[in-house]
Amino acid sequence: MRPLALFYLQQFKTTFATMVQYRASLFIWMIGHVLEPLVYLVVWTVVAEGAGGRAGDYTTAQFAGYFIVLMLVENVSYTWIMYEYDYRIREGMLSAALLRPLHPIHADMADNMSSKAITLPFMFVVAAVLAAIFHPAMSPRLWAVAAAIPALILAFLLRFLLEWTLAQAAFWTTRVSAINQSYFVFVLFLSGQVAPLTLFPHALQVLAAILPFRWMLGFPVELLLGRLTPVEALTGLGVQVIWVAIAYGLMRIVWRAGIRLYSAVGA
Amino acid sequence: MTDPAIHIHELSKTYEVTERESGLRASVRSLVHRTREEVRAVDRISFDLAAGEVVGFLGPNGAGKTTTLKMLSGLLYPTAGEVTVLGHVPSKRLGTFLRQITLVMGQRNQLVWDIPALDSFELNRAIYRIPHAEYRHTLDELTQLLELGPLLRKPVRNLSLGERMKCEIAAALLHRPQVVFLDEPTIGLDVTMQRRIREFIAEYNRRFGATVLLTSHYMADVEALCRRVVVIHHGRLLFDGDLSALVRQFTAHKTVVLQLAEATRDLGKYGEVLSAADGRYTLRVPKAETARITERLLADLPVIDLLVEDPPIEEVIERVFAQEIE
Repeated sequence: MRPLALFYLQQFKTTFATMVQYRASLFIWMIGHVLEPLVYLVVWTVVAEGAGGRAGDYTTAQFAGYFIVLMLVENVSYTWIMYEYDYRIREGMLSAALLRPLHPIHADMADNMSSKAITLPFMFVVAAVLAAIFHPAMSPRLWAVAAAIPALILAFLLRFLLEWTLAQAAFWTTRVSAINQSYFVFVLFLSGQVAPLTLFPHALQVLAAILPFRWMLGFPVELLLGRLTPVEALTGLGVQVIWVAIAYGLMRIVWRAGIRLYSAVGA
Repeated sequence: MTDPAIHIHELSKTYEVTERESGLRASVRSLVHRTREEVRAVDRISFDLAAGEVVGFLGPNGAGKTTTLKMLSGLLYPTAGEVTVLGHVPSKRLGTFLRQITLVMGQRNQLVWDIPALDSFELNRAIYRIPHAEYRHTLDELTQLLELGPLLRKPVRNLSLGERMKCEIAAALLHRPQVVFLDEPTIGLDVTMQRRIREFIAEYNRRFGATVLLTSHYMADVEALCRRVVVIHHGRLLFDGDLSALVRQFTAHKTVVLQLAEATRDLGKYGEVLSAADGRYTLRVPKAETARITERLLADLPVIDLLVEDPPIEEVIERVFAQEIE
């Protein structure tokens, strides 16, 4: 275990060194990650105000709380691997990775975690500024915040494993962007990204509870906002564990098949 | 006798490629009907490398060299036949195997572009779990041999092609692999840099007793480094043996260079005139006739200087590649 920890530490240094080389693009990237939840926040605030101060079970101030926390959770769990993978295969970068005595997922995970560690402090500052402007209403309890820590870790693992697996589609097709697009539609509507899931029709809520998307975004947000009962929280963590296990198994199977194909046809 | 470091027996690799003509009509047709063709990139080749040997792996573009190197380093599954490297089956890609080999490709980039090479080296140290003391020692040696000193702290993107290649090679050797596959390590480099890398490979082989399999289009690389060469063409083994034997086997001619006291003479009756200028002539003569022809030249003509040579190695290789194999 120790050598692996040393690798993650070294990858952190590498990622940090690379990121500071691109301060401008880092800044632009952060604006993008703030703007999206901000747009939803403004839209839902207007909707709620038009409907007499609330929409569904959210007041105007609670919407503000939801999207500010969502912005932070999104920052913890999102990945960009799906945009990179087919480029990597085409450029022969995967071959370089395969020559190393270390599963390539470690390099990606270490890189992802490292850049999160670097950007998260900035996102907290942004969140504080947004809180000062929009006066969010939140009622987190201590136990819920404590439970949110494993929930966030599991959300990150689930999303990372799932999207890393989906990125492997590049082994089979060159139309990766079409797959990515349809995947993001699911994420947008069923994870709680565009709106809190309780605002959706019941059938969609059931679907969201079965599928993995809520568990990588919406669930930790609701937990942090103090909107869940201890039973709901515990059940949620259980579902997260099950989904992480499924995603891990999928990753193993798809990776093996992908590598088999890659080594058969060459690159 | 000890086991060979590399063992290849009846190794084959077949690719299936989809083919279609260019043009719109062909594009539409390819939607419903695809023509598949099997391409035999490597066709039942066999050879062994003893530990510590440096062997040149030659062949024209598309001969199957890179495919073979990829099978040897575990990136490609063979279609048939067997490969072992240091007793391992490469395609299993076990950690213990990967830690003992390296593959350097001339056009490939394993260094992180935006940061100094030294940072990429540190990453490799963590990946290969190289103990600190050993890492320091190897790095010092590589820095000295490849003259990396001033390069290590510059971002890789600011390095020239040759400087980057030196750093790539160093990165690939930090874990002191016992088996080194080099695919065109000197491609695109100037003559001085080529020579430096060549000397380095020889020195690495001497110091660590590593087995080296090298492909190159520069015959100077091969002449300087390899006593033995393996030649493949259209995926098939054409020659395996000493470089000097290759020259003997594939050259039916010798080159006679002579300087005459007077210019303007027609030497066509002695052999094929390759060049003639200012009384300096280059003739190509059948190898078996060399002695007889030189004797006649010396008797008939006012010769100042005469030199008999094997044709340059490039020409020999060209001849080998040009051979039609059935």
